Formats: sequence, structure tokens, C-alpha cells
Amino acid sequence: MLDSARQTAEPLLETHGLTKEFRGFVAVKNVSLTVRPGTIHALIGPNGAGKTTCFNLLTKFLTPSAGTIKFKGQNITSDRPADVARRGVVRSFQISAVFPHLTVLENIRVALQRKRGSSFDFWRSERALKDLEPRANELAEAVGLQDFLHTPAVELPYGRKRALEIATTLALDPELLLLDEPTAGMGHEDVDRIAALIKRVGASRTVLMVEHNLKVVANISHIITVLARGEVLAEGDYAAVSKNKDVMQAYMGTEHA
Amino acid sequence: MTTHRVEAPAGVQGGVSRRDDVRSLRIPILAMVLLAVVAPFVIYPVFLMKMLCFALFACAFNLLIGYVGLLSFGHALFFGAAGYLAGHAAKVWGLPFELAVLTGTATAALLGLVVGGLAIRSQGIYFSMITLALAQMFFFYCLRAQFTGGEDGIQAIPRGKLLGLVSLDNNLTMYFVVLAIFLFGFFFILRVIHSPFGQVMKAVRENEPRAVSLGYKADHYKLITFVLSAGLSGLAGGTKSIVFQLASLTDVHWGTSGEVILMVLLGGLGTVFGPIVGAVVIICVESYLAGLGGWVTVVQGALFVVCVLAFRRGIIGELSRVLHRPL
Ligand SMILES: Nc1ncnc2c1ncn2[C@@H]1O[C@H](COP(=O)(O)OP(=O)(O)OP(=O)(O)O)[C@@H](O)[C@H]1O
Ligand SMILES: [Mg+2]
Repeated sequence: MLDSARQTAEPLLETHGLTKEFRGFVAVKNVSLTVRPGTIHALIGPNGAGKTTCFNLLTKFLTPSAGTIKFKGQNITSDRPADVARRGVVRSFQISAVFPHLTVLENIRVALQRKRGSSFDFWRSERALKDLEPRANELAEAVGLQDFLHTPAVELPYGRKRALEIATTLALDPELLLLDEPTAGMGHEDVDRIAALIKRVGASRTVLMVEHNLKVVANISHIITVLARGEVLAEGDYAAVSKNKDVMQAYMGTEHA
Repeated sequence: MTTHRVEAPAGVQGGVSRRDDVRSLRIPILAMVLLAVVAPFVIYPVFLMKMLCFALFACAFNLLIGYVGLLSFGHALFFGAAGYLAGHAAKVWGLPFELAVLTGTATAALLGLVVGGLAIRSQGIYFSMITLALAQMFFFYCLRAQFTGGEDGIQAIPRGKLLGLVSLDNNLTMYFVVLAIFLFGFFFILRVIHSPFGQVMKAVRENEPRAVSLGYKADHYKLITFVLSAGLSGLAGGTKSIVFQLASLTDVHWGTSGEVILMVLLGGLGTVFGPIVGAVVIICVESYLAGLGGWVTVVQGALFVVCVLAFRRGIIGELSRVLHRPL
């Protein structure tokens, strides 16, 4: 699946020696990761491998103990989380993160609102947001939530909450999407729909995703990085990675064996 | 990133339709205004003015806790400081009513910027503790300072004339001016919570890390809300000191900070009418039980316990749940 154009393009995101230590425990160790534009890049590994920690480092929700992060050639290692998002790196969370008491429409709209700049206009009516609604409807439809527009997010079943989170992430039209287990907790149909959506989205953007569902990984990702105990174990396309001895060993004894 | 999340506000919990635009509140608002217009012909206006001032104070407090989830233990600082400044401006500087109240409001907003700036970086209980500590410092400053009159407070503040024309010595006239101020504050808050800013404010309350990951600087939204809340508390406090012609230590005392929390919890956190109902109930309890002396505090405490145990959403919160509509 890897074509040479993708392989040689300037990296969109690049880390060097990224390390995170929690009171003596090294959760992420010397990770050098290169995400090229236009790829769907999967980050896989057994539970506790450090995948979510990696995401937290990339989005600056955690401060790296060592290492650098570059986005489009610029060093973003000392950015604050909101700044990283403003550069076009937007993440979703492993534990579904929605605004529970806002409706589906409001959840998506509040993300679309970001494009207006900062929404400090407390004196203006909500009607100022009316023109965002067509786009919000489109996004809701893309993830199959068109019939739930006025449902508070808290009342959605888990799988639909995840779908809503993806719609909210897409609303920002990010250059780089970081998706942490986008299909976790979803039923079959939803998994297929979300996988198709990610593939569609990946045609015009770059996606880095953590995913446990290896079928999804095999189907839609161009390149896979395997993480185990905080370290990069292997990298390559699905065929190469799945034959790798170390990878097979690392997965041994886990549910994904 | 550790976050502290206040429990979901009463007004938006399970089953209540979320299409709470201002229009759906039209009838209850109309009823409230009518009631407020008729009331002074039946009930002593001075008593009603006290209610209105505290109702505005509670609404201002609710803006902060109900919509961004920040619990301030020091809001008396803004209420009381504005009282002193408005009183001083009217009595010593001889400013007319509206400018005196404005002076108090602006001072409170400015203090809000300072206190908010210092406290907002801390999360949860630490935020509350810092606001409490700063308010206590301010209390002792007021106790010692010259212009506050120490234990005596500022007495015999002249009410003056509205726009230099209408004398405010008549209680009924004064009442309608206070009502106008209250309604201004009420509608201002309503606008804020239904503005584009208000949407982000709620997003920050609901899930701060998510709001940040969308690129919103949560602290800026919190600080602006804090300043708005402090300013409106000041509007209430400044008005009160001129109505009662007295600015005293009671208004900067931590007891007042506690009282406003009680009002909002009793009425319903995060509801539009809850703080008003809470303020009315508490002021009534205080006044009817005034003969009991220190026991008033005990009754208030009991009310608080009942409120927390029996209807956690507060009076209006429960009502809104039963009626299936936001109030
Ligand atoms: N804030 C923290 N403090 C201490 N240890 C942490 C912290 N966050 C993560 N860890 C530890 O770091 C390791 C990696 O965790 P991480 O959540 O990144 O794993 P993961 O690869 O996302 O796993 P999963 O597949 O279960 O989501 C785990 O052992 C975890 O206990
Ligand atoms: Mg994880």
C-alpha cells in the first residue's frame, strides 16, 4: 500500500527521542516517530505499551521528559495544548470525550465555532452561530448521527458517543488527526462505518490512530508502528509487521494474540 | 491534566429538553416581572429591595458556578467592596447615584480580574481555598482601613437623585430603580449564557480537556466569566449599600460568601430562576426568624442539609425536572 511518493514526502510530524517518565517508570522511551502527510498511520501495541501517553505528549497534555516534537518542521515541544490544536493537530480521547449536557448539534457546533477565532463575544446572541448549523448537520450525517441532533450527548449509547467525538474532531478540519481507539466499544456496523469514514477523511488529511481492532488496521492504514513497553518494536506495512517475530512475541499471551 | 468537575448543573440533567433558548423562558420571565411590579404595593419595598439585591448577587454567583463550574468561597469580597466604594463615592466624593453604583461595579470587576487571575490556575478545592484566603485578607483590610469606617462601616450614605432629577428618598421610586438594575443584570446574564461565548463556557464546564483539545484556552474563558460574575456581584453590592445607606463589614464577611452559595444551591445550580428563588427564600427565613437570634444560622444549616439530602437539584432544578422544561 505504501507508495513511494508518500514515503519520501517531508514529514508532517516528527519526534526525536521522545521519552516520558512517571516517577521512575518509563512509559515512553526514546520514541522517534515520523508521520508523513497523506498517510493513515496506525500506532498499535499491547495494553500499557504507552500509546495514549504518546498521544498526550504529542498534544502537550503531558510534558515530555526528553525529546523533541516537530510539526511541519516547526518545533512544538514547548507549545501549550490549545496552541497545538490551533496549529492543526487535533486529538480524540480513548475514553469518549463529549460535552455530555450539550446536544449533538451543540457539541459539533462548539467545535465549528473555533474557526470564528476566539469566541469571547458574550454580548452577542447565539443566533450568530446559525450559519454553522448546515456544516454541523453534514458532519452529524457523516458519522450517522443525523437522527440525534437534539439529543443530549449523555443520552447516546457508547458507540454513538465515539462517533460524535470523531465528528467534533473533524469539525476543526485538522491537518493531522490523532484518534485514540476510535472504534473501541462499537458494534460491527458502527466499526465499519467509522473505518470507512477514517479512510475517506484520510484521503485529504493525515491520520495517526491507535487501534486495537487489527482488521481495521489492516484495511485502512498505510503504515504501522508497533509500540511495546514504551519502545518502538517495528514499523512497516501490515504484511511486514504481522510477520515480525518480535511483534508476535509481544502480542503473545494478550487478547490480541 | 487534572480536572475538577462540579456535578452537572440541575437545569440540564437527565430528560430535560435542551432546547432552552430564551424564547421558551418567555412566560416565566413575564410572570416574574409582573410579580415584581405589583409586589411593592403589597409588601414593604425596602424588604423587597434587599431581596432584589441578593437575587442579583446570587444570579452573578450562579454564572460562575453553574456555567463554568467554579466554586468561589470569596464572593463577598466583590459584593462588599463595591458597597464600600459606592458608599464612599456617594458620601465623600458626592457622586450622583448612578456614578456611585458604577464606581462600585467597576471596582468589583477590577478586583475580580486580580483575584481571578491569581485563583484560576488552580483546580477544584484549591481554587475555592485561594478565593477564600484572598477574601479573608480583604476582610481584615476593611477592618483596619480608614475609609471603610472599620466596625462602624460607612453610615448615612445619601441616596441622591437619579440622573440629578428624581429624588430616590422615596422608597417606591428607589424600588423601581433597583428593579431596573436587577432586570438589567438578569437579562445580561441570560444573554451571556446564550452567546457564542456561553457555548464555550459550557463546553469548558462539561469537559475541560476536550475543550482545550479543540483549541480553546479554558483559562481565558474562566477568567472572563469570573470578571463578569465579580462585576455583577459588585452591581448588587453597590446598589444595596446605597439603598440601605450603609456599607458594613457584614457584606465582606465570609458569612455572606456562604450565604450566596446556600441561595444558589437551594434554588438550583445552573438554572435561570433558581438563584432568585433561593435568595427570596433565604431572605424570608432570615427576616421571619430574626427573633431567634443566633438560631437563624442553625435553621439555615438545617435548610442546607435538607436541600442537599432531599432535592439535590434545588427547588427550581427539581421543578424543571418534573415539568420537563428548563427554568
Ligand atoms: N499519569 C500517569 N502516571 C503514572 N503512570 C502512568 C500515567 N499514565 C500512564 N501511565 C502508565 O504508563 C503506561 C502506558 O500507559 P498508556 O495509557 O500510554 O498505555 P496504552 O498503550 O494507551 O494502553 P491501552 O491499550 O490500555 O490504552 C501504563 O503502564 C500506565 O500505567
Ligand atoms: Mg490507551
